[in-house]
Order: sequence, then C-alpha cells, then structure tokens
Amino acid sequence: MSNAPSHLKYTKSHEWIETVSDDTYRVGISDHAQDLLGDMVFIELPEVGQTVSASDECAVVESVKAASDVYSPLSGEIIEINESLEDSPDLVNRDPYGDGWLFTVKATDSSELDELMSADEYIELSSEE
Amino acid sequence: MGAKTALYQEHVNLGAKVVDFAGWDMPLHYGSQVEEHYKVRGEAGMFDVSHMTFVDLKGERVREFLRNLLANNVDRLQTYGRALYTCMLNEQGGVVDDLIVYFLGETHFRLVVNAGTHDKDMAWIEHHAKSFDVAVTELTNVALIAVQGPDARNKVHELLSDAQREKALVLKPFNATESEGFFISRTGYTGEDGYEVMIPQDQAVDFWRRLHKIGVHPVGLGARDTLRLEAGMDLYSAEMDEETSPLEAGLKWTVAWEPQDRNFIGRKALEPQYNVTPARKLVGLILDDRGVLRGHQRVIVDGEVVGEVTSGSFSPTLGKAIAFARVPFDVKDQVLVEMRGKQLPARVVKPPFVRHGKACFE
Repeated sequence: MSNAPSHLKYTKSHEWIETVSDDTYRVGISDHAQDLLGDMVFIELPEVGQTVSASDECAVVESVKAASDVYSPLSGEIIEINESLEDSPDLVNRDPYGDGWLFTVKATDSSELDELMSADEYIELSSEE
Repeated sequence: MGAKTALYQEHVNLGAKVVDFAGWDMPLHYGSQVEEHYKVRGEAGMFDVSHMTFVDLKGERVREFLRNLLANNVDRLQTYGRALYTCMLNEQGGVVDDLIVYFLGETHFRLVVNAGTHDKDMAWIEHHAKSFDVAVTELTNVALIAVQGPDARNKVHELLSDAQREKALVLKPFNATESEGFFISRTGYTGEDGYEVMIPQDQAVDFWRRLHKIGVHPVGLGARDTLRLEAGMDLYSAEMDEETSPLEAGLKWTVAWEPQDRNFIGRKALEPQYNVTPARKLVGLILDDRGVLRGHQRVIVDGEVVGEVTSGSFSPTLGKAIAFARVPFDVKDQVLVEMRGKQLPARVVKPPFVRHGKACFE
C-alpha cells in the first residue's frame, strides 16, 4: 500500500496539497501516482506568476511509461516552482511528498479546500484502482 | 493470475512490480527501471527470460527442414553451439516471428522464440516439420537467465565449475556451449556482452541468488526494452509482424538470398522486392526537445502523415527520447512527430543509438 501522509489533502487526480501558510499551498503528486507512472524523465512546470483556476492543467509529469497532466487543485497564482526537477525529475519518485514537490500556489478562494479529500478518503480511492 | 516462471517468488521477494506479459507474471522493474538500465550499461544485470519458448528439433532431415523454414540460412551453422538470428516468414513474406537458432548436431537444432507468439509459432513449426519427419519438442523444464553488461561474463565465470568455466572462457559471440547441465550462450538483447544461461528449473533459484549475492543486479522488462531499443534491436509485434516484410523492418541482412535454389518460405513473395528500392524503411529517431517518443505517434513530413513510430522510449544513456519509425524510403535528416497536440522535430538516424555502453549520437 502506498503511503499518504495524514497532514495533507488530496484530489481525485492524485495531487497532494500542503498548507504552507494562510493562503499558500504546496502541490505535488501522490506516492500512489508516482508508483503507477514509474521513473520520471521530464517534468513541465507552470510559470511563476501564472494565474490558474481550480482543475486547470498546469503541469505535465512524463515517465518512462506515460505522460500525465497535473491539475491545479486551487485557483490562484503560481508563486514558486521546484526548479530542481529540471535536472532531477526522479525526485518525484524518490520523495513525492518532500523534495519532489511541483509548485506553490497562492490561493484566492480558500473555500475550494473543502472540496479536497483527506488522507483516509484518498487511500480508499486509490486502493480501488 | 498468469503463468509463473521458476523465479517468480524471487522477483516478488526482491520487490518487483509484476505485470502481465504474454500471459506470464513478469517483473517490470524492481524499483527503478532507469537505474536497472544503467547497471547493465555500466556493470552487470540479470534478467529472467524463462517465459520465452525453447524448442528442440531432432531428426535426420532437420537441417533441410530449417533451410526451408527460416529466412536466414542455417548452413551458416557448422560447429557445435553456433547461433544465428533469423526471421521465420509466412508465404506472403511477412514475419511470423524472429528467433535464434542453435546448431547442436546434424540431427539436433534448438530454437528460442518469443513468448508472445508461442501458440502460433508452435503450430507453424509443427505443421511444417511433419513433411520432414522432424520431432518438435518444447523444453518446459528449463529456466533462462540473461546476464548482461561489461562485468557480466566475469560474474558468471565466478559461479561456474572449472569444467564449465573452461568452456565459457573460449566462447566467441553468438556461440553456445553445454557443460554439466548448463547451456551457456554468448548472446543477449541489450547490446552488451554477456551470457544467456539455460539451466534446469530446479537450479534456477540457487543460481539467481548466487548471482545476486556477487553483485549482479536484477533487471525487469522495462529496462530490457530500453536497452534493446538503444542497441537498435527490433521487437516482434512493434517493428515487424505478419504484415511487414523484413526488408521494411531493417532486417534485410538476415535474409540469405544465396544460394538461389534454397526455397525458404516467403522467398517467392520477397524476391521481386530484393533489387527494388522498398517503399518504406525503418529508421531511428532522436528527439532533442523534452518529451518522449512512443509507439504509434504519427510521423509528419511537409505537413503530411507519412508513417509512425513503431517503438519509442526515453534513452537513459542519451538523456533524451529515441525511437524506431517506419517511413517512406526517401525520408532523411529530420521529421516532425506528433505528441500531445504538438509537432516536435526529430532527427533521423541509423541505429544503434548506443554501442558498447557509449552513445553513438549526442
């Protein structure tokens, strides 16, 4: 069983969301998602300053197996991206909840957070796949 | 639940991600297929390829039978253990399968054919063997472990008995030897030196564990595919199939036209194409942009779809995507490949992409 830390929120499309401060949130893909995709070879990240709406495609993770879109879980502005993924896409495999984070979004509507899943709900969803 | 090789439980114990491959439960990787790829290029890796089909052919007329069955000429095999890569064609000149044939004696040859084509191959071989009185026996009590990489031979030598080692040490590429129940062949599907060792099933676990203990890394089917792609080796059902001629799959070198009176199956259909420029050819592609070439992506020249990628992946050695593609014969230099709604330029090259562990292209 892949792990899903309980302090994070999750989406059905396998992103995780960590609260950094009041309105900023860090986003990555779950251990389950990286495990399904296998070795990452390219990561395409959004631009810093880019405005996104919840469930917009805003990044692509491409593995030896497949390319997969990453959706922004929240509306807002991209304020930081994980530049080390350019040279080390495998960080997403090795540390999906830590060094393998993708981007940070400054959210404009924190109520969107209520739509997200808890770790328990996510584990249930991912074990059904 | 698929069929399981003698090493299945070893794969599970090593943490393999197990997938279905042609009805077999096989390891895709044991954590990271890219790392496994590097291990084979730089050190030594071992693959369980026991799911492949092993067929012994015996009879007084077995050579005559194979001269008819195979597009390459088994008359090239005159010494014990000599191996030959060949296609087995249908009457239309399409490829029923590609295989390795070994000479074990004037009345005894051995074939190693693909797992995915087991049923049709056995039916095809048995059907044609009848008129030559050749006995066709599938070997079902053996395991095949490929050990590949620059250190592979030395690692295997460490585990062999003195008698076995003596025979293995003098083996030339594409030759095999038999000693104390081990059939040791200096062949592989990675572009590296190494062996494929056929052993009785009840010794497979022990041999695998001993290899692992002396530092040979387990490698799954994922890396097997990227290794063979870098090495410029075709995969049956991707680069060729029953509708594709070997002449359009980069395999003209495996079709033996001489002597002209050797009437192998498919010859009549191929002969008119022999001295003619084929309509299509198989080329290598390299993508310098970020992205991964994958099978069935469309290849575009001057705004027109002219062909498709037959297999593609990320090449760990080059650090970029590579592929085989079938395109019109006059295509050269550069094409566009359609992926994810974009058209990206790809360089047209002649495989292999990697030779003896070194990239052939930037």
